[in-house]
Amino acid sequence: MAQRALAIIAGSALALLTLGPIAVVLLRAEGFGSFRPGDLDAVRFTVWQAFLSALVSCLFAVPVARALARRRFPGRAVLVALLGAPFILPVIVAVMGLLAVFGGAGLVNTVLGALGLARFDIYGLHGVVLAHVFFNLPLATRMLLQGWLAIPSERFRLAASLNLTPRATFLVLEWPLIRRVLPSAFAVIFVICLTSFAVALTLGGGPRATTVELAIYQAMRFDFDLGRAALLAMVQLGMALVAGMVAWRVSLGSGFGAGLDRQTPHWGARGLWFDAFWIGLVAVFLLLPLGMVILRGLPGLWLLGSDTLRAAGHSLLLAVASTTLCLIWALPLATRRGELLALSSIALSPLVLGTGLFLILRPFVNPFSMALPVTGLVNALMALPFALRILRPEAEAIRSDFGRLAQTIGLTPWAWTRLVFLPRLRRPLGFAAGLTAALAMGDLGVIALFADPDRATLPLQVYRLMGSYQMEAAAGASLLLLCLSLGLFWILDRGGRVGA
Amino acid sequence: MKALTFAAGLFAASAALADDAVLTVYAPDYFTSEWGPGPKIEELFEARCGCDLQFKPGDLLPRLMLEGERTEADVVIGLNTDVTKKARESGLFAPHGTDLAGLTLPLDWNDDVFLPFNYGHTAFIYDTTKVDAPPASFEDLVNAPDDLRLVIQDPRSSISGLALVLWVQAVYGEKAGEAWAKLAPKIVTVTRGWSESYGLFTDGEADMVLSYTTSPAYHIIAEGDETKKAAIFPEGHYFMVELAAKVASSDQPELAQSFMDFILTEDFQGMIATGNWSIPAALDQAKWPEGFQKLNLPEKVLFYSEDEAAALRDEAIEAWRSALSQ
Repeated sequence: MAQRALAIIAGSALALLTLGPIAVVLLRAEGFGSFRPGDLDAVRFTVWQAFLSALVSCLFAVPVARALARRRFPGRAVLVALLGAPFILPVIVAVMGLLAVFGGAGLVNTVLGALGLARFDIYGLHGVVLAHVFFNLPLATRMLLQGWLAIPSERFRLAASLNLTPRATFLVLEWPLIRRVLPSAFAVIFVICLTSFAVALTLGGGPRATTVELAIYQAMRFDFDLGRAALLAMVQLGMALVAGMVAWRVSLGSGFGAGLDRQTPHWGARGLWFDAFWIGLVAVFLLLPLGMVILRGLPGLWLLGSDTLRAAGHSLLLAVASTTLCLIWALPLATRRGELLALSSIALSPLVLGTGLFLILRPFVNPFSMALPVTGLVNALMALPFALRILRPEAEAIRSDFGRLAQTIGLTPWAWTRLVFLPRLRRPLGFAAGLTAALAMGDLGVIALFADPDRATLPLQVYRLMGSYQMEAAAGASLLLLCLSLGLFWILDRGGRVGA
Repeated sequence: MKALTFAAGLFAASAALADDAVLTVYAPDYFTSEWGPGPKIEELFEARCGCDLQFKPGDLLPRLMLEGERTEADVVIGLNTDVTKKARESGLFAPHGTDLAGLTLPLDWNDDVFLPFNYGHTAFIYDTTKVDAPPASFEDLVNAPDDLRLVIQDPRSSISGLALVLWVQAVYGEKAGEAWAKLAPKIVTVTRGWSESYGLFTDGEADMVLSYTTSPAYHIIAEGDETKKAAIFPEGHYFMVELAAKVASSDQPELAQSFMDFILTEDFQGMIATGNWSIPAALDQAKWPEGFQKLNLPEKVLFYSEDEAAALRDEAIEAWRSALSQ
């Protein structure tokens, strides 16, 4: 029952950290604030754009993940690793990269103009969705790919020897996998898009693209209306939980059974062009904006001062600490219930979370001295739903496939964890660690109230540089951030890509 | 072993400072980067006070309001006029007690709590190599062809964005909504803050960006680039000033006072132009750096007092929001 106790501890810590801050902000505000005329529009737009973004990301992820699971080609490993990149870029950097490709003066319009075709205008709902798909399609793809690689290759061999048609193979092997992975991937992406603010506003082209998070920002930083901020934060949390519940109902458990961990057999020419199309499409869609970030950043690299390098060091330390904490937290929670619970941590407005933690800590310690620990904790919290989304399906499969055997031979919990659970969980564990580390590098989170003058993080430094007209140096610092995040992701994920 | 040496160094450093009185100054985030004005202010003030000035960056007013009287801040620097009303009503600030005779602002300033240290005006900045005939007035801008691409900031999340809607309100009054409707097709996008907008402008995503009359000074002085100019409108430009204030509950009232007095001295004022890329609040134009002498500055300055601004704010934002939501 030690496992159950651990799960309860981890779950309570999670609930306390998400609900506690809202409660404290409410107490301080002495009750909920009220809605304003534009709020309903904001809620409607927020839900609609999040729904579309999650839908498009998930739909496109299926053929892409399938193609990547079936094909081997030079540069595949690099492409799979780069899938982690968009997600971890600071918002402002990714937006600049996207605009360099799709913006008014971007590559696409340059080409269209040269061909004498009509210009493409990115600003609007489609721009918001495009940006969110850029961030999240790779994530959904990686989650699905992970699932595909977890189908024992013996099943594919069996399907081949039974001469199943592609359609039948899909229905028997792949569709159950999609039903298992995709609903909760959809929920995670939906929830992360709910809290979008700067991306939605910039690419939405103006106040039509007002999200709830912007209203929270306004209430918190301009009006100092804590009650209203807390009210809006609860609305956001509610929307996330509804999404989580729906995903929970829709997704299925799976039963592929255990296999021998052999390589998936190679696929022939069947569907080759189809797969090549999807891989090419996603590669271009991802690599062009990333390439622009790199191109823009190169000249700025020489301008980086010691401040920025020190900030990079802090960010690296922070990433390692957050990752460790997040994984320890995630393992006992790797159940369907835990995954639902964890959704609340990304649905919670970082501003409200930060303010709540500030109010809680303030009587005991100086918040300035707590800047890095708090940021580390919040980063771990924010990464938890992603880590769980990656770990949970595998963790459950391992329990159901090997649990009985372990009981029969009387493995102690420690031996089970060491000999069966962790080794078999290695692939998703590596991916989850890589993603968490990269997220922790890129996240700004609660830093506004917990800024430490001597220990800035790299994303904060990017904003500081931009605020002082240092656009070129900021582009350089962004490139450094991209390289470090990707480097960490690459190293940690390497375990996860064994045999991938 | 290296870590130990490092730790020992840290202890030595903090021991050396332990004897000095500490003046804690809350400042906006960009202040304390190596490119911001913070390090220079710290160096100059510490040379004259024999104390230890410590900047604490972050959200100014929200943070101070959360902390109330238990705040460790002695001075706050970098406030804007959009929050002075709330700040004044909080009762957290003490009179600055500084002689305002030396101010060289383009308007009268006799606030006894909030002390200006630099200023500028809202303005649309353009690139002379890309825009041949910039609008000569606000009316020109409003009636410009729709292929003139503008980026602005959101008044709900940025102070320059708020200044813009007040600017339009001051120029067009009742007809602000109509002006916004004509501007709407030219506005490529609205960003959360100034940095995003300015980044889009320097990347060529827009022809003109909402910024400050002082922005070209950065390009002239730091980059030797004279192609960025502010379009000057005879209707006037909205006045933007940055302020400092003394915290009433400070445990270092004398040090805080000497910091306030320091703000209007020539040492501080001479440095702030290139330190913060804004016009010094108390320095004759003849003493401004050369790049600042070259700036296009407006003849007429528009400004709402904090009470007027508070009364107009919601209406001005709504005019903007409904016109741009069409």
